[in-house]
Amino acid sequence: MGDDGDDLYARLKEYEGRPSTVAGAGRDPVNAPMIRHWCEVMGDTNPAYTGPDAIAPPTMLQAWIMAGLSPHTGRARPYEELLALLEEAGCTSIVATDCEQEYLRPLRPGDEVTYDSVIESVSPRKTTRLGTGYFVTTRTDVRVGPALVGTHRFRVLKYAPAARRPPEADRDRPPERRRPRPVVNRDNAGFWEGVRAHRLLLQRCADCAELRFPWLPGCAGCGGSGWDTVEACGEGTVFSYVVMHHPPFPAFDPPYAIGLVQLAEGVRMVSNVIGVPYDKVRIGMPVRLEFRRYDDELTLPVFRAVAG
Amino acid sequence: MRAGDALPPLEIEITRTLIVAGAIASRDHQDVHHDPEAARRKGSPDVFMNILTTNGLVGRYVTDHVGPTAVLRKVAIRLGAPNYPGDTMVLRGSVEAFDGETAVVRVTGDNGIGRHVSGTVTLTLPARTPEAGPR
Repeated sequence: MGDDGDDLYARLKEYEGRPSTVAGAGRDPVNAPMIRHWCEVMGDTNPAYTGPDAIAPPTMLQAWIMAGLSPHTGRARPYEELLALLEEAGCTSIVATDCEQEYLRPLRPGDEVTYDSVIESVSPRKTTRLGTGYFVTTRTDVRVGPALVGTHRFRVLKYAPAARRPPEADRDRPPERRRPRPVVNRDNAGFWEGVRAHRLLLQRCADCAELRFPWLPGCAGCGGSGWDTVEACGEGTVFSYVVMHHPPFPAFDPPYAIGLVQLAEGVRMVSNVIGVPYDKVRIGMPVRLEFRRYDDELTLPVFRAVAG
Repeated sequence: MRAGDALPPLEIEITRTLIVAGAIASRDHQDVHHDPEAARRKGSPDVFMNILTTNGLVGRYVTDHVGPTAVLRKVAIRLGAPNYPGDTMVLRGSVEAFDGETAVVRVTGDNGIGRHVSGTVTLTLPARTPEAGPR
């Protein structure tokens, strides 16, 4: 672990300087209908953008290279890996924060743009009002033929939402109807710290390397007392389950499924299985870790059924 | 145009239509820019304007002022408070530097909850007959 326990940052930083897009191509040539649509929305009546000698509004630079609803073209493996690392760490949301564009020559209808992007930098973990995450800056060179026509530096925050509203059923519950609080003590505090950072941490014995869960002060295998942690990758399968019908308890809305989930790392844990009706949960069903916010203070790891 | 000049402010009504139309015009189909439920799940009270639309509005604001002969060279913006439906953003600008050909205009856009955007726009103006005076 790093100084502040952010070993993820060290892994993310290795992607600096690596490509995020190689030989991307705009979906359409620069064209008058997209320009007109843009100008209508912006209320931009600049005559430079209409007529036989029209140029495209320079600020449209990025619009020509957006994937839209289609899959991305040319996205390089390092960028996919970087995004996957962030997603796994719970940074499932994204918001753009900075955009810097330089225009070397105007784009005109008929121009066909190509582009290459590089991961310029990744910030240390930052906590913002939106949530905690990492700023990722990419720089894109946009070309028409061999000529560089513009550069586009773009910064996004990939983050775990902080103000995520609790699920409908739990929102606005009176305090006595809220979920029971976990008992946090010296032995398991590290686990709950991990959960707050949307990381599911398993203990690993420093002597025999046996993984253990739930957290305990000593190893059940060799008796060793030293340990470090391993972050679960989040994949698992339902090892067993029960469906809770009765007795009713104010914080819960039965019926619901409780799974004993076998994690990919080999240990098992108990939690809710979500994303599937309670009576459709089955042994062997693949599930993926998710962090669910129940109220302002309580976030818990749960397991979402994976389609297929 | 000279350094220190202020551009007249421009008020932009942030309607749901502007947000969604701007997202579509810029081919940005991130759900937070058109799907209120998805936006709420991601911790936002409503849909909000995407950065490409803000960029386009900032560019338009400056070229509206300087006219069609100006050439945009650089637009650099940073976003802060989101533009949510129902709000109004007021764009303001001031000329930071102008050497007779290249101008740098500082732009801010404030809405009801704070500063949505700040940035600079660099543009060149076609050479004109030299202005009289010591400058």
